[in-house]
Amino acid sequence: MKLPVTVIGGYLGAGKTTLINHLLRNANGRRLAVLVNEFGELSIDEDLIEAEEDGLMSISGGCVCCAYGSDMIGVLEDIRDADPPFDNILLEASGVALPASIMVTVGLVQGLRGDATVVLADTEQIRKNARHKFLSDTILNQLAQADIILMTKPDLVDDATRDAVREWLTEQAPKTRIIEAPQNGIAPEAVIGAVPFAAQLTQAPTQTHVSFASTVLEPSGAIDAEALANRLAQDPSITRAKGFVQTPKGMALIHIVGHRAEVEEAMPPQRVGVVCIGLRNEFDADAVQRLV
Amino acid sequence: MAQTTIYSAKKIITMNPNRPEVSHVAVRDGRILGAGDLDELVSWGDYTLDERFADKVIMPGLIEGHAHSMEGALWSFTYVGWFDRMDPDGKVWSGLKSIDAVVDRLSEIEKTMDDPDAPLLGWGLDPIYMDNVRMTRADLDRVSSTRPVGIQHASGHILNVNTKALELAGLMKTGQNNPGIPLGADGLPTGELKGPDVMMPVGKHVGMDRAFLAADEEGLRNYGRLCVRAGVTTSSDLGQQLNEDLVKMFERVTGDKKYPVCLVAFRINFGMSPQELVDYTASLKDRSTDRLELGKIKIVADGSIQGFSARLQWPGYYNGAPNGLWYIAPDQLAEIYERALAAGVQVHTHTNGDEATQLTIETLEAALRKHPDFDHRFTLQHCQLANEAQFRKMGRLGMCVNLFANHHFYWGNEHFALTVGPERAERMNSCRTALDQGVPMTIHSDAPVTPLGPLFTAGSAATRVTATGRTLGNSQKLSVSEALYAITMGAAITMKMDDMIGSIEVGKRADFAILEGDPTDAEPEDLKDIGVWGTVQGGRIFEAAKI
Repeated sequence: MKLPVTVIGGYLGAGKTTLINHLLRNANGRRLAVLVNEFGELSIDEDLIEAEEDGLMSISGGCVCCAYGSDMIGVLEDIRDADPPFDNILLEASGVALPASIMVTVGLVQGLRGDATVVLADTEQIRKNARHKFLSDTILNQLAQADIILMTKPDLVDDATRDAVREWLTEQAPKTRIIEAPQNGIAPEAVIGAVPFAAQLTQAPTQTHVSFASTVLEPSGAIDAEALANRLAQDPSITRAKGFVQTPKGMALIHIVGHRAEVEEAMPPQRVGVVCIGLRNEFDADAVQRLV
Repeated sequence: MAQTTIYSAKKIITMNPNRPEVSHVAVRDGRILGAGDLDELVSWGDYTLDERFADKVIMPGLIEGHAHSMEGALWSFTYVGWFDRMDPDGKVWSGLKSIDAVVDRLSEIEKTMDDPDAPLLGWGLDPIYMDNVRMTRADLDRVSSTRPVGIQHASGHILNVNTKALELAGLMKTGQNNPGIPLGADGLPTGELKGPDVMMPVGKHVGMDRAFLAADEEGLRNYGRLCVRAGVTTSSDLGQQLNEDLVKMFERVTGDKKYPVCLVAFRINFGMSPQELVDYTASLKDRSTDRLELGKIKIVADGSIQGFSARLQWPGYYNGAPNGLWYIAPDQLAEIYERALAAGVQVHTHTNGDEATQLTIETLEAALRKHPDFDHRFTLQHCQLANEAQFRKMGRLGMCVNLFANHHFYWGNEHFALTVGPERAERMNSCRTALDQGVPMTIHSDAPVTPLGPLFTAGSAATRVTATGRTLGNSQKLSVSEALYAITMGAAITMKMDDMIGSIEVGKRADFAILEGDPTDAEPEDLKDIGVWGTVQGGRIFEAAKI
């Protein structure tokens, strides 16, 4: 299985630091490697830091954080080759980087899989930033390249504004899943993906985030994995889905991020099960079950 | 008492307006004791008259304001460019005029390699001079089918590799959908890789790995030798990580009593927050020596024009390509400028497109309101597309500029036809406008992007001709004397070193370029052909033929 890389993009102040701290705090036994553009800009909460040495920060729960500066590929390869292995790489893009470019590079590093592009949009600032004299096209490109857009700090604006921003974001990125992300209110699984049903966890997948709902698909017998993946990707209520299914040719691992589906071969034995996650107010578990 | 040596010369061009030409220069303790005629200088006391330069012309040591010491390291790899180019040993590698010639040269090198798996890397290929012929993996498979082979193009934006390298990178398969990876009729990659996003992951298999990207000791020494051959006594190294290990390495190499050049090593902005960057760079300042100047920051604001990654103002690229990329967020640029002004740290900023230039001008103007500084000399590097209004503003804000005069020669035709079109191609690198608007100005090679050679660069600014002989921007030509000033005093001013170097006058460092001919007497097109005997740096003599 390739090591999944989640690119986290968005302009300065969009809340990348807050999100990454939240994900580290709620890693639930997953070993996350967080790659930041530079230390100093992104401050990891002090109570999470266990040690810091040679530009590598050890974080409780077996996670690490390091800066990649101008050697992104070298650092990605170091993380890929780490023993024991990591479960997921979170790559923080610089405020003006285009995530699609980073994904191209990630996709060409052997052993890595570009999993998802999550772009953060500050609910209050995003429309203003998108009109910025020098930044407009960069901000709009970032949004257009997202698999998932997180509307951060939604509580700082009134309901009407929030709806208007959501509508505006939908115009910019019509197929992209748009999720409101109040501080500490986002399910880690929505950002970095569910852990495959059979993987070992110290804790079960969390259901504590009130705004998210999930269900597990357990198709019996051999199925067409590509077809199932495409059906899941086309259901706008599903933010993410991930898990193993049996196909006529063996086991396959399905990844769904927003409207994008990917299927890769997997080594048996694996327990069949695809975890699907969506926003509680949109997600209809029964309807999703009928997609099998 | 310290010894005094008085050198005679056929002519000494001083860049000191009070006495532009003299016959003798006296040197004591590595500094200039005086420049004048012998009668004036003997009054300083005992001296030795050294007449070895009696038939030479002496200029102030030439100063390269924008180069990378990587030029020295690149010669560990095989040069396959279109133009003749001299290596650190003084060997001239002939320019290669066909793909076959490129394959032949690499094949010769391949035969001498012991390790059958070691990668073979060439550099400097420029297909625009070969009717834009596209090299394929089949061409490079003729060099070797068993070891990875690659060639980086002169522009730096394309890498060609052979089949073996594609296999190692896991790319020898159909079904790829990436504009940076062109496919052949068989659905497999042609071996051409376009843009840094795809070049970097594959490049490591052909030798462009961490070691290739980092400065190394031998490369730094080789760079010093190239400087002697070009008459350069001070060179910027514009953009280094400068972590503790690297600073120590710079100290070790330049601390060698025989190291022939003063390096001005700038800390690049990548990998540190604005506060760390400014604080750390400021802390390096005290470690400066006679041959290592530290404590300056280089920021990269946008990409390059021929790579279509520079940020252009309306109407953008002539061929309709989308606008380029920001390499720094405006808020971070502002924070670095403010902190650097407060700390007295000088910043040089790479801008190529006129939108990037506009951002830096507006950002600095705002920062100066908070932290007024009447002699910051923040400098824009390349600044190729700046218009007159921007130069006017730069002049009034106290900014300096280092324009990329060599670009006209190497890529002027591309700019004319493709990137910015005829009108803006004539405006590019407006040396005349910069001077008219009171912007202290120098010109550069950006070695290894183009070869290190300030006399060539001066000639390019004075003629503004392209490789095919087209003149771009008649009204922007410099006179020969302005061009010579730009590669000496001009560069010294932009690096705030004009109190130490840039002219031959009492008190300054004894840095000379020893020339075989008189550049003030030369036609602009002949400047590049003036022979360089060697240099004197800090009073030490370096002969190019023996370096």
